[in-house]
Amino acid sequence: MKAFWENFVGLLRGDASSDRVVPPSGFTFNLTAFSAGIMAFLAVFAMAFSLASGRLADRWGNELARSSTIRISAPADQMAAQTKAVMDVLATTSGIAFARELTAEEQQSLLEPFFGPDVPVGDLPIPQLIDVIEDDTGFDATGLRQRLAAEAPAAVLDDHTRWRRPLVRAASRLRSLGMLSFVLIGAALAAMVTLAATAALSANFQVIKVLRLVGARDVFIAGAFVRRFSLRAVMGAFAGTFVGMGVLALMPSTQGAGEFLTNLGFVGAEWLWPLLIPVLSGAVGYVATRMAALRMLRRLH
Amino acid sequence: MIELENVAYSYGGGELLSNVSLKLAAGSFHFLTGPSGAGKTTFMKLCYGELVATAGNVRVFGKDTREMDRDHVADMRQNIGVVHQDCQFLDHLSVTENVTLPLLVSEKGSTYNPQDLVSLINWVGLGKRANASPAELSGGERQRAALARAVVTSPEIVLADEPTGNIDWEMSQRLLSLLIELNKSGKTILVATHDLNLIRAAKSQVQARVLRIANRRLQLAGAEL
Ligand SMILES: Nc1ncnc2c1ncn2[C@@H]1O[C@H](COP(=O)(O)OP(=O)(O)O)[C@@H](O)[C@H]1O
Ligand SMILES: [Mg+2]
Repeated sequence: MKAFWENFVGLLRGDASSDRVVPPSGFTFNLTAFSAGIMAFLAVFAMAFSLASGRLADRWGNELARSSTIRISAPADQMAAQTKAVMDVLATTSGIAFARELTAEEQQSLLEPFFGPDVPVGDLPIPQLIDVIEDDTGFDATGLRQRLAAEAPAAVLDDHTRWRRPLVRAASRLRSLGMLSFVLIGAALAAMVTLAATAALSANFQVIKVLRLVGARDVFIAGAFVRRFSLRAVMGAFAGTFVGMGVLALMPSTQGAGEFLTNLGFVGAEWLWPLLIPVLSGAVGYVATRMAALRMLRRLH
Repeated sequence: MIELENVAYSYGGGELLSNVSLKLAAGSFHFLTGPSGAGKTTFMKLCYGELVATAGNVRVFGKDTREMDRDHVADMRQNIGVVHQDCQFLDHLSVTENVTLPLLVSEKGSTYNPQDLVSLINWVGLGKRANASPAELSGGERQRAALARAVVTSPEIVLADEPTGNIDWEMSQRLLSLLIELNKSGKTILVATHDLNLIRAAKSQVQARVLRIANRRLQLAGAEL
């Protein structure tokens, strides 16, 4: 690992004299830079997509109230029986962490803003409220409604905040999809660099043979090619990343309805993340070329 | 320096060389002769580890080439100067850069005196061609550039495979005198050639043994020359 980093650092510094043994230019080298650029451009979007869906999932997840309310509007003489029936149903419903009847004082304080402190709320036929806190799995609202209709017809389940739950799940799924795309783009880049490197090595077979004959070790020969390719992969990826970030920065930003689409970018320190792409591209180029070079060298004695 | 013991080699068909034994003593001068296709180049390749004997042992500087790993073979080649039959240059580099290639790959380049390099290039008579591309050189110039490259690391042993192939007699004489000069300075020399006139010309100038490959065997020749 240490040797790897030393090589990697040496590679970025470059060693002009020993790199001259590889003939200049060549179609495959430019192809490598070009592929790295395009892959980096795509990777920026995959990364932005992943981060944006992650933000959405987090925000929706936080906003998602875990609590629902059951409202019982029954004549005063049936109130206690219906309340008990509801509590029994809740006790045997899975996905509920906690359920509690609100006390008369609590209900009064909820109504205070509307009626003022002096209205004797206790005398009014106001519904009994039950606070329901669900656990991580959540409960099945339709099933609960059916059971309530059967056991306590006066009870109404109000779960208005629960509808977002599937959306949160979808947003997390999108985040994973974004990360998967990022990994796949990296794999495609590695495959392209390997192909380009193999082609370049074959085209330079004579050069490699001469170097081997005058006493070059495998690491020297592989290193000269690896530096060429990694440098191309880094530079290409830099250009692609730069363009990708520019496009994102220029996206019009609006608040409200189209928020998810227009927030497909980076926020604050997130702008540092895409700078990793050229580094990763260089690392991928390094590993891919080195493996291709050593594989070819093994065929030469 | 180089020692072969009951060496045989085959490219997969029948044996090309059988039961070959030889010791190249330090400071000796040998010619290796035989008709074209006899196995002279193959013999040279066995000596610098491009081929490994199918039977017997080849020892270079006391170490069996069969037991060397790839890095060891590379290091060994830095201590043997080889003039290859087909020269093998990098055409995108100049003659001077090609000559210094063995230094560059061994990372000894930085300790090499540039003045010595100029002298070396002048010694082989390529002072005016130093910045040319190898592709622009004549056959004789290529052979001399190859010789300069072979000796740039000051190796103890110089192997030259048909160094006078395809070049005129006068140029052959020049190349031969360079090899003899190297031998006088203490280098061990092995020259493969099918040119018997060259050997005859050498015999008056240097104490040389002549070996011949015939019927897959290595024989001592020379008396009849
Ligand atoms: N790589 C190879 N594979 C198979 N046969 C080979 C190979 N190289 C050389 N030969 C054969 O081995 C024989 C000797 O070749 P070589 O050593 O080049 O002879 P010389 O240098 O004496 O002319 C020739 O018949 C040649 O065709
Ligand atoms: Mg030959």
